Amino acid sequence: MQGEQYLNPKRIPTIWCPGCGNGIVVHAMMTALDKLSVPSEDVIFVSGIGCSSRTATYAACDNIHTLHGRALPVATAIKLVRPDKKVIVMSGDGDSLAIGGNHLIHAARRNIDLTLIIFNNSIYGMTGGQVSPLTPSGKRGTTAPYGSIEEQFDTVKLLEGAGASYIARSGVSFFQPTVKYMKNAVSHNGFAVVEVITQCPIYYGRMNKHKSPAEMMQWQKENMVSLEKAEKMTEEERSSKILMGEFVCKEKPSYIEKRASMFKELCK
Amino acid sequence: MKKNKIKIHKLRCKSCGICVSFCPKKVLAQDESQRLYVLDPSECIGCNICSQVCPDFAIEVIQENEEN
Repeated sequence: MQGEQYLNPKRIPTIWCPGCGNGIVVHAMMTALDKLSVPSEDVIFVSGIGCSSRTATYAACDNIHTLHGRALPVATAIKLVRPDKKVIVMSGDGDSLAIGGNHLIHAARRNIDLTLIIFNNSIYGMTGGQVSPLTPSGKRGTTAPYGSIEEQFDTVKLLEGAGASYIARSGVSFFQPTVKYMKNAVSHNGFAVVEVITQCPIYYGRMNKHKSPAEMMQWQKENMVSLEKAEKMTEEERSSKILMGEFVCKEKPSYIEKRASMFKELCK
Repeated sequence: MKKNKIKIHKLRCKSCGICVSFCPKKVLAQDESQRLYVLDPSECIGCNICSQVCPDFAIEVIQENEEN
């Protein structure tokens, strides 16, 4: 497997349920790091609490498992102390958008040089299948047995408004694009976010009548369209699809750069 | 014709069946107790999709030219 050197063999097999897509996201991340040939000493994984946040413990790099939703503040602190390292935050949809929602928008506003990977499995997997801010409207969870009546967050619009300088969305069925976006995100200067849609066959799949993890991934393959393809579609066709691609990619001075230039100015 | 070898890490595999569903040539299969095995290695075209969709890092496709 490509990127095997970034995995901690003592911790594998993972604790994730059979068919959980989190492993594919981790594989994509490790492949991206391998393609960029970043030495494992230069990478720090930070994660909060949740299924996806177990990732940090599977990496053979420096890692820290923090409080629920507080991965971004810890990562910010690490980046301020060691700006030479690549700090990657692995976070779930509930971890980053519900509990850590406030930290997320402020990290985006500061444009601090971090990479955030959001594992969007549309549900709180570890705590028992409660609806999360990214559960699509009408879909079921254990706390919404008749379907969720809330609207879901649009991560891309939220982060764009907050000021993130790189935002991409992909799915686990699309391995090569995911690796490409992760590569771009890790090498990007500024706050970079990649939202990867994965499947939770145990809670989300069972509550929403998906037969198997493979079927959930095939569904994703049919229902996600790239931005280029979506341009040719009519408004009506587009509304039922999930868009994927690089939504925002702009050059903006990052917090680290601004701080360095301010120090230089003050030390004159 | 290039030959590819599919290596399955039996201790890592959780028998979720994603690779079986995604293989374009139906090279992989599951037996009655859902254990994964290689049905027909000569059919493998080395596309690496099984390795990419495996959530448990359990499949490795070794291409002949890589092996030599």
